[in-house]
Amino acid sequence: MNLAVIPVAASASEWSDAFLERLPLVARDLVTSWLPEPWRWLVNSLISIAVILSVFGLLFAYVTLAERKILGRIQNRPGPNRTPIPFINLRFFGLAQPFADGVKALTKEDVVPRGADHLLHFLAPVVLLAFSILTFAVIPYGRHLVPVELNAGVLYFFAAGAATELAVFMAGWASRNKYSLLAAMRALAQLISYELPLLLAFVPVVLVTSSLSTTEIVAAQAGWKFDLIPHWHVFTPWGFAGFVIFMIAALAESNRSPFDLPEAESELIAGHLTEYSGFKYALFFMAEYFGMIALSGMAITLFLGGWQAPSPYLEFIPSYVWFAGKLIVLLLGFIWIRATFPRLRMDQLTRFAWKFLVPLALINVGNAAFWSLTSHWSGPLQILRWLISAVVVVGPFVLMGRKLSAGVAPRVYRYAAT
Amino acid sequence: MTNPGTFSIPAAHDVRSGHSSLDISHSSFPPQAGGSHVRQVHDSFHGDLLEVSMGPHHPSTHGVFRMIVTLDGETIVKLKPVFGYLHRNHEKLGETVTYLGSMPYTDRLDYLSSMTNNWAYALAVEKLAGQAVPERAEYVRVILAELTRLLNHTCLAGFLMQDCGCSGTPLMYAFREREYILDLFESLSGSRMMCNYQRFGGCRVDPSADWLAGAQKLTDRYGAFLDEFETLLTGNEIIMARTQGVGKLSPALAISAGVTGPMLRACGVNYDLRKVDAYGVYPRFDFRVPLGDHGDVYDRYMIRVLEMRESIKILQQALAGLPAGPIMDPKAKLRSFRPKAGEAYGRIEGPKGEIGFYLLSDGSPNPYRYRIRPPSFINLTILEDMCLGHTVADAVIILGSVDIVLGEVDR
Repeated sequence: MNLAVIPVAASASEWSDAFLERLPLVARDLVTSWLPEPWRWLVNSLISIAVILSVFGLLFAYVTLAERKILGRIQNRPGPNRTPIPFINLRFFGLAQPFADGVKALTKEDVVPRGADHLLHFLAPVVLLAFSILTFAVIPYGRHLVPVELNAGVLYFFAAGAATELAVFMAGWASRNKYSLLAAMRALAQLISYELPLLLAFVPVVLVTSSLSTTEIVAAQAGWKFDLIPHWHVFTPWGFAGFVIFMIAALAESNRSPFDLPEAESELIAGHLTEYSGFKYALFFMAEYFGMIALSGMAITLFLGGWQAPSPYLEFIPSYVWFAGKLIVLLLGFIWIRATFPRLRMDQLTRFAWKFLVPLALINVGNAAFWSLTSHWSGPLQILRWLISAVVVVGPFVLMGRKLSAGVAPRVYRYAAT
Repeated sequence: MTNPGTFSIPAAHDVRSGHSSLDISHSSFPPQAGGSHVRQVHDSFHGDLLEVSMGPHHPSTHGVFRMIVTLDGETIVKLKPVFGYLHRNHEKLGETVTYLGSMPYTDRLDYLSSMTNNWAYALAVEKLAGQAVPERAEYVRVILAELTRLLNHTCLAGFLMQDCGCSGTPLMYAFREREYILDLFESLSGSRMMCNYQRFGGCRVDPSADWLAGAQKLTDRYGAFLDEFETLLTGNEIIMARTQGVGKLSPALAISAGVTGPMLRACGVNYDLRKVDAYGVYPRFDFRVPLGDHGDVYDRYMIRVLEMRESIKILQQALAGLPAGPIMDPKAKLRSFRPKAGEAYGRIEGPKGEIGFYLLSDGSPNPYRYRIRPPSFINLTILEDMCLGHTVADAVIILGSVDIVLGEVDR
């Protein structure tokens, strides 16, 4: 637990760093300072765990509400707006809806099919949720807010994230339902296919920053060019390509539309969730959103500058606010995509991963190597560096994209002669 | 089929042979969009086939339809449609009630397009009784039939996109427009979907000037909605990849199976009853019949979109040329209506295809025999031929593109 005092780098925002930036730490120390020294680390870590669980639990609740409301607005309907706050009969935009959902999920009968493997059927949502919560440990939420400072944090993140695939397969297999089995098959194929581009998309970041620690990756993105453009990785050709590949793979990893094949509602009813009800179903839901939040958090850390402010004049806003803002923007992107995209078919999905994303990500690794080798180029050479790097990514993108969508085109229709 | 414009029946061969057993050495499997082919494997290494019962409570079988699907992996090697869960004894009921008494029942056949069901039934009775229809009523019937076509095709496009996994957005856009049409139907007939509006020898009530202005307004802005819908969906690469080359239907098979409507025209067969039979006042209107070349799901979707544009043209002409006059033939008899003994078959081009009513009269107040030709039931019979070799995901959108309403399939 490295939440303890880190020497603060001198910056323009001395005032905010002195108070707002350190506010969470100050609040924590108020609680733990009276404890004897040997116990302090234990209570400190318990507080970190409690804060993560409650903050992301609430975020999950309100992301579901936001999703339903935004989806509703996109689809010409108001979304949930009727749930009153208990005891005071106030509707307030349906803000109590997530809690009503939670009560409903808790009070529903928990049905387990007679033929199901009871142990695995019970374990699947637990395992899924546990692994998705583990991924929250290494993301730097603010200048001083890193729950666990690991020097191989990124590796740990992806290891914990990959373990969720097991749980999806467990759910599909243990349900003893043909739809669940088909979904488990699809989920395994999909998750393994998209694990690769996801991992390959972050390799360039590791290459350029030569670190696997999330805090160091964020620190490498500090600073601004001409006080205008932040040094975030997304503002480089390889970083932009990596970010896009990472987000597409993240969509697939969190089973979100248009890659929601394992729970394809119109084909497999609810896929691996078909035989789940009540709170176990809610746990699956929770894990899906936790996965989404964690992957967005990692995308922010790797490509969007982590908790860094986008402009030196905005540095007075505390770093964790910036992180939260970026996180919410990415989550809204997820919701927007869900509302507007149709689903792919299984073969198209895997083809897209293996024939498009993986080669593009591999090319991008080479691109990042070129970028870090030419870091000493300056003046007009810098423009050349940008051009070469952009062409290396855009060229294969156009060529492979054309190949991928070959044979698919709008058609011209004829009319009968009479 | 070398010449899709003619109606020669293809050489006698059983187009369905080879499907009865699990033998999957069926003719060529259709190529997938993007050039790859579905693998044909069934050997000891790849294991057993999986039989899945999709329906009758599956979310995308459009009601209580059921398919018993045999899968090799996710590839369909056998598909057996099962229907009858919504059987309501419709045809026998038609023999036990009077001619007019059947009219509200026809609403419940294809509950998305009750106006065309009404018209087809009224047409059959009018043929049986030799009943004339005033010109104004014929125009109103055309207006309502084309509005029904707009409604049905809009809904179908929405449902099809829902089957493609669109999270409901296109469906909600489609339902918004559908609601405007249903408002028109409600203000005219008193009911949104169960209109019960046509009568033998005309229509029940005369549309008011307000109603006609509302219909004109809707017609004028429907093109803009179609533009929006098409901008969002038709060029979408995922939609094209999902639907192009999927569920191909050859013109020969379509004709020999009796397929009609947009599904037949998507195969390239020029057969539109509005042109072929020239019933009602359709010959007075200038409209074209769009034809597809591939017969796949994308063609079926596009043909319907293009047909909607033609419907708007017909609506504009019909609303402009609506003559004054009675809406009902004054000599028409509704109560104690007893046509003389004989038989008649009345058919029109419904939104889903040829909807026909066969009536056999023995001079009593009830028909002696009452038989329906339901387009979506007959279009559904070749579902297996279209689905073989495709995946479960494709079967869902192929079923969606057939455009079935279970009220009509099961009757």
